[in-house]
Amino acid sequence: MLGFVIQRLWQAMIVILAMSVLVFCGVFAVGNPIDVLISPDATQDIRAQVIAQYGLDQPLWRQYFTFFGRMLQGDFGESFVYNMPVTQLILSRLPATLELVLFAVVGASLLGIPLGMYAGYRHDAPAAKIIMGLSILGFSVPSFWIGLVLIMTFAVQLGWLPAGGRGTTASLFGIEWSFLTIDGLRHMLLPAINLALFKLAMMIRLARAGTREIMLTDTIRFARAAGLSEGTVLVRHVLRLIAIPLVTIFGLELGSTLAFAVVTETIFSWPGLGKLIIDSITSLDRPVMVAYLMLVALLFVMINFFVDLAYALLDPRLRRARA
Amino acid sequence: MTQPLLEVSGLKTHFPTAAGIARAVDGVSFTLGRGEVLGLVGESGSGKSVTGFSLIGLVDAPGRIVEGSVHYGGRDLVGLSTAALRRIRGKEIAMVFQDPMMTLNPVLSIATQMRLAIEAHERVSKAAARARSVEVLARVGIPAPESRLDAYPHQFSGGMRQRVAIAIALLHRPKIIIADEPTTALDVSIQAQILAEMKALVDEIGMAMIWISHDLATVSSIADRIDVMYAGRIVEAGPVGAVLRSPRHPYTQGLLESLPSRTVPGEELRQIPGTTPSLTNLPNGCAFAPRCPRADTKCQVMPVESAAAERTWRCHHPETQRSAA
Ligand SMILES: Nc1ncnc2c1ncn2[C@@H]1O[C@H](COP(=O)(O)OP(=O)(O)OP(=O)(O)O)[C@@H](O)[C@H]1O
Ligand code: SF4
Ligand SMILES: [Mg+2]
Repeated sequence: MLGFVIQRLWQAMIVILAMSVLVFCGVFAVGNPIDVLISPDATQDIRAQVIAQYGLDQPLWRQYFTFFGRMLQGDFGESFVYNMPVTQLILSRLPATLELVLFAVVGASLLGIPLGMYAGYRHDAPAAKIIMGLSILGFSVPSFWIGLVLIMTFAVQLGWLPAGGRGTTASLFGIEWSFLTIDGLRHMLLPAINLALFKLAMMIRLARAGTREIMLTDTIRFARAAGLSEGTVLVRHVLRLIAIPLVTIFGLELGSTLAFAVVTETIFSWPGLGKLIIDSITSLDRPVMVAYLMLVALLFVMINFFVDLAYALLDPRLRRARA
Repeated sequence: MTQPLLEVSGLKTHFPTAAGIARAVDGVSFTLGRGEVLGLVGESGSGKSVTGFSLIGLVDAPGRIVEGSVHYGGRDLVGLSTAALRRIRGKEIAMVFQDPMMTLNPVLSIATQMRLAIEAHERVSKAAARARSVEVLARVGIPAPESRLDAYPHQFSGGMRQRVAIAIALLHRPKIIIADEPTTALDVSIQAQILAEMKALVDEIGMAMIWISHDLATVSSIADRIDVMYAGRIVEAGPVGAVLRSPRHPYTQGLLESLPSRTVPGEELRQIPGTTPSLTNLPNGCAFAPRCPRADTKCQVMPVESAAAERTWRCHHPETQRSAA
């Protein structure tokens, strides 16, 4: 197991290194930040001075090494727009996205897996058909539209829940969180539901398909022949056997939602990363874009690592091969 | 004769399919005495497995038992509630299957799978469950069972895996074990070992066994009595020695003649001509008629069951010369 961990950490470092080159060159190719930084009527002198100040007169490789060296120290430079260190800026937005996305993805899984397993187990029951019908809806209706409907219904017409913002936050480990207060949770509910619906539909379908397939196997027949109750068969056998694809999708969804919760964050004015990155793209705020992309790469590498670890825990056949 | 342990009568299990109703089991009757080994033979698709599943209520939907009864312990198991059936499965009547690769759960340790099977019927401590598992594993011939208990199925060979499955079936010392081709998926040398061990275990524990197989040779070496199944019905039944010495039904004869041991080396293996009939579209009379060398117009009427001297058969033109001799 230790060998596996070390090997994966090594791979992760290489991925991060490669990503840093790609991100740096990619962003370099996108427009000239000088046009954003100084007004067009500035003198040649001021122009040259600013260029030198940001190190933009250096050759590309030298700029990269400066960038990489600073990155290792957690320094991504200053935002052109906010005039504050990018690391600080991103860290101030990350918790909002993190708690919203975790709430949505974990909630979707906790609800979707049992529903899907039920729908697979009793696939002829009317309730199972209703569940599947709703899951198709969750798949096919666009997220922004559901978000608007949620606001119209629960915020505007019924007035039960707030339409936007994080609400009251409380501090934990020196970071502000919404989930610690009732008001914060109320603010989080609608955007979380909005984010969760697609994932819920996906989890339901995945769990249902897996359950239907596994229920027909001799493994289940043998377990039943030994007198196991249906509950035990479902929880101890079926759930364990369908866990690998569920964990895979959980990881993928967690990563991609963390990176791209932007639509929901915009609709619900949720001050998270998604809004930050959209703003930074429109204003060509290069340091923020770079830091953000590196963060996304890091997140995916970390999630992959944990998913792989989960595989090894869930399936003994994979353990020997990776140890 | 004393009351049999298990008495199956007129059992019919049908599957509604797109092509019509598949009569997988169509009026099967037999009895099983205490400690008796009954061999159930027939070609693939003749309904042997479905018969076994029907006994303990494990028929896959949409299939169901449409008629008949399975008397065991003073009760009819057909129509028993799921909960009541569950208490019988594994405890009174256990079942093992063909492919141990498919029956054991690949992601659970042997210890967990055995503990789940024990807990299905008893409340025991973890330590007690382990002790019992080790004991039963040793009994089925797993070497060093203590050290193997926490292993996973893929860490065992095919034969060892089937032994584990048999151990799980034996955990509660059932009165009956239904063995659905448990050796078919194994190497020939392992087959013989498992066969001998099963026979010894059955004698030792005093279990009755229904040994399902398409192979007359294995059945003849383990069974006391034999039921030959064709297209959902038992076409011939009786003590194994008598039936194999002088088969009355042309189908039994065909099965015997296609045994490799009956073929002169170098000669081609004899086969029953034709294929098993479609269960959704059986002929009106004897289902074997299209393949039978003795079929005539009489055979367009379903033959009734004849019986004599512990033997039964369903044929208008049974072979009688050899049995007379
Ligand atoms: N789930 C099912 N749905 C529809 N038909 C089925 C189903 N299970 C079994 N049958 C029907 O029952 C017939 C008998 O199947 P069964 O498995 O009992 O045969 P078998 O004698 O055990 O053959 P084998 O030697 O191949 O195991 C099959 O040919 C099939 O037509
Ligand atoms: S009844 Fe007729 S067709 Fe059927 S087995 Fe006997 S002889 Fe053959
Ligand atoms: Mg079978």
